Amino acid sequence: MSVRVWKIYFNIHAGLIYSFLYFPIIILMVFSFNQERINAVWTGFTFNWYETLFKDAELLNAVGNSLLVGFFSTILSTIIGTLTALGMVRFRFPGKKILDAVLHLPIIIPDIVMAIAMLSFYVFINLILGLFSIIIAHVSFNIAFVAVVVRTRLAGFDMDLEKAAMDLGATPFKTLRYITLPLIMPGVIAGALLAFTISWDDFMIAFFTSGVGSTTLPLKVYSMIKFGVTPEINAISTITLLFTMTLFFIAMRLLRTK
Amino acid sequence: MRQLSQKFTFLFPAVFWLMFFFVIPLTIIFVYSFFERGIYGGIEYVFSFNNYYRVIDPLYLKAVLRTVYIASLNTLICLIIGYPLAYFISNQSQRKKNILLFLVTLPFWTNFLVRIYAWMIILRTEGFLNNVLLWMNLINKPFEILFTDKAVLIGMVYGYLPFMILPLYASIEKLDRNYLDAARDLGATPIKTFWRVIIPLTKPGIIAGSILVFVPSLGAFIIPDLLGGAKSMMIGNLIKDQFLSARDWPFGSALSFIVMAVVLILLMIYLRFGQTVSEKLYSNK
Repeated sequence: MSVRVWKIYFNIHAGLIYSFLYFPIIILMVFSFNQERINAVWTGFTFNWYETLFKDAELLNAVGNSLLVGFFSTILSTIIGTLTALGMVRFRFPGKKILDAVLHLPIIIPDIVMAIAMLSFYVFINLILGLFSIIIAHVSFNIAFVAVVVRTRLAGFDMDLEKAAMDLGATPFKTLRYITLPLIMPGVIAGALLAFTISWDDFMIAFFTSGVGSTTLPLKVYSMIKFGVTPEINAISTITLLFTMTLFFIAMRLLRTK
Repeated sequence: MRQLSQKFTFLFPAVFWLMFFFVIPLTIIFVYSFFERGIYGGIEYVFSFNNYYRVIDPLYLKAVLRTVYIASLNTLICLIIGYPLAYFISNQSQRKKNILLFLVTLPFWTNFLVRIYAWMIILRTEGFLNNVLLWMNLINKPFEILFTDKAVLIGMVYGYLPFMILPLYASIEKLDRNYLDAARDLGATPIKTFWRVIIPLTKPGIIAGSILVFVPSLGAFIIPDLLGGAKSMMIGNLIKDQFLSARDWPFGSALSFIVMAVVLILLMIYLRFGQTVSEKLYSNK
C-alpha cells in the first residue's frame, strides 16, 4: 500500500518537474506562430514573425558574427582541447593537478568574473575589441569542454593499439594520424559540436568583450528583449533553440557509438 | 628526451593559451582590486584595501546579502525538488534512464538568455500565467510577479536545477540496494531508512549538487537583470554597473574577487569528492 502511494508520488513529482523544465520553452515556441503581437492569447497561426526576421539586416549580421565566432573558436579549442586530453591521459608530469584545475576553472567560475577579467586584459594590452576578442575568450573556456569530452572517449581506448603501431615502425605522428585520431574521432566531433553550441549561446562574455559592429546573436536578442517582449524574439529564439538542441542531440549520439 | 618533446607538443598549446588568456587576466583584476578609481574613471595606482571595505557599505552590503540569501534559497529549493527526481530516475530501466537524463541536460545546452526570456512572457502582468488564471476565474485581477524577487527565484531554480539533479543522480545510482533491503529487514520504516541510510550514503552528491547550484547563483546576472526589478540588485548587476556605467573598475574587480574566493573555497571542498563538474555534465552513466 504505502509503496504504491510513494510510487504514485514519485511519478507525479517527476511529471511536474519535467513540465517545469519544458513548459516555458514550449510556450515560447507556440507564441512565435501567434498572429497577435501580444504574447498571451492565441489568436491564430502565422509565419509572419519568421518572415520579418529575414528582412532584419542587423539581425542577419548578428547571426553572421555568431557563426564566425563559433567557427573559429571551435576550430582552435578543438585542436588545443584534443591535444590536451591526449597529453593528460598519456603523461605524468609535475604540476599535472594544477593544470587540471586551471583547465576547468574557466567553466566553474561565474562567467561574469571571466568576462570582466578578459575585458580588463584587453584594455590593458590595448587590443581593439571586436570579433577577435570574443573568439579568444571563447577558446579559453571551450578548451576544457573539448578536453573533457575527448577524455571520456579515451577512457575506453586501448593504448596497446598505439604501442603495436609504434613497434611496427610507425612514427609518433603517423600513429596519431592513422590510429589514435580515427578511433577518438567521434569524441572530437562531439566536443567540437558542444564547443560551438556554447560559443553560439554565450551572452555574458560577448556582452563585455564585443566592440563596435561585432554584435553577436545573443547580444542582439538581449537588446531586443530590453525593448520589450515581441513575437519576433520568440521566432529567433525558437530557431536558436532548435538549432542547439539538434547539435547537442548529434553530439550525444556520437558519444554513445562505440 | 623524445618524451619530453612530445609532452611539450601536446600540452604547450593549452598551457600557453590559459596562461595568457585566463591566468593573466585574472591576475590583472586581482591587482586592480587594490587600486583606486581615478577621477575620470581610470585607475589610480595607489595601494589600498578600500574596495574591500566598501563591500560592507550599507549601499552595497544589501545587494551582497540579497545575493547570498537568494543563492542559498535557490540551492535549498533545487535540493528539495531535485532529490526525488534523481531518485525516480535511478529506479528506471536503463533505456528510460538515458532518455530522462538526456531531457534534464538538454535545456542546459540551449540558450540561457532565451530560456529566461520565456519566463518573462509567462510572468508578465499581461502575460500567459495571468491570462490563464483570469480565464479560470482563480483571480479577478492580474497580479504582479515579474520584476520581483519571486520571479528571480523562479528563474534561478529553472536555470540551475539540472546542476543539482546530475550529481545527485550519480551518487544515488551508486547506492548499494542491499543496504536498503538490510534496513527494511531489520525493521526500519521507509522514512527512517531514507534519513538514516540513503541520505548519509548520498552525501557526496548532495554536497556536489549544492555547490554546483550555489556557485553560478552567486554570479547570476541575466536572471536578476531580466526578471528582477530595480530593487532586486544582485552582485552580478553590481559588478556589471562598476564596469559599464559607474566606471569604477577597481571596486568591480574587488567584488569579482570576493565571488572568486568563495568559489575557490567551495571548489576545494568539492574536489574532495572526486570528479569534476564537466565529467558530471557529460557522463550519462
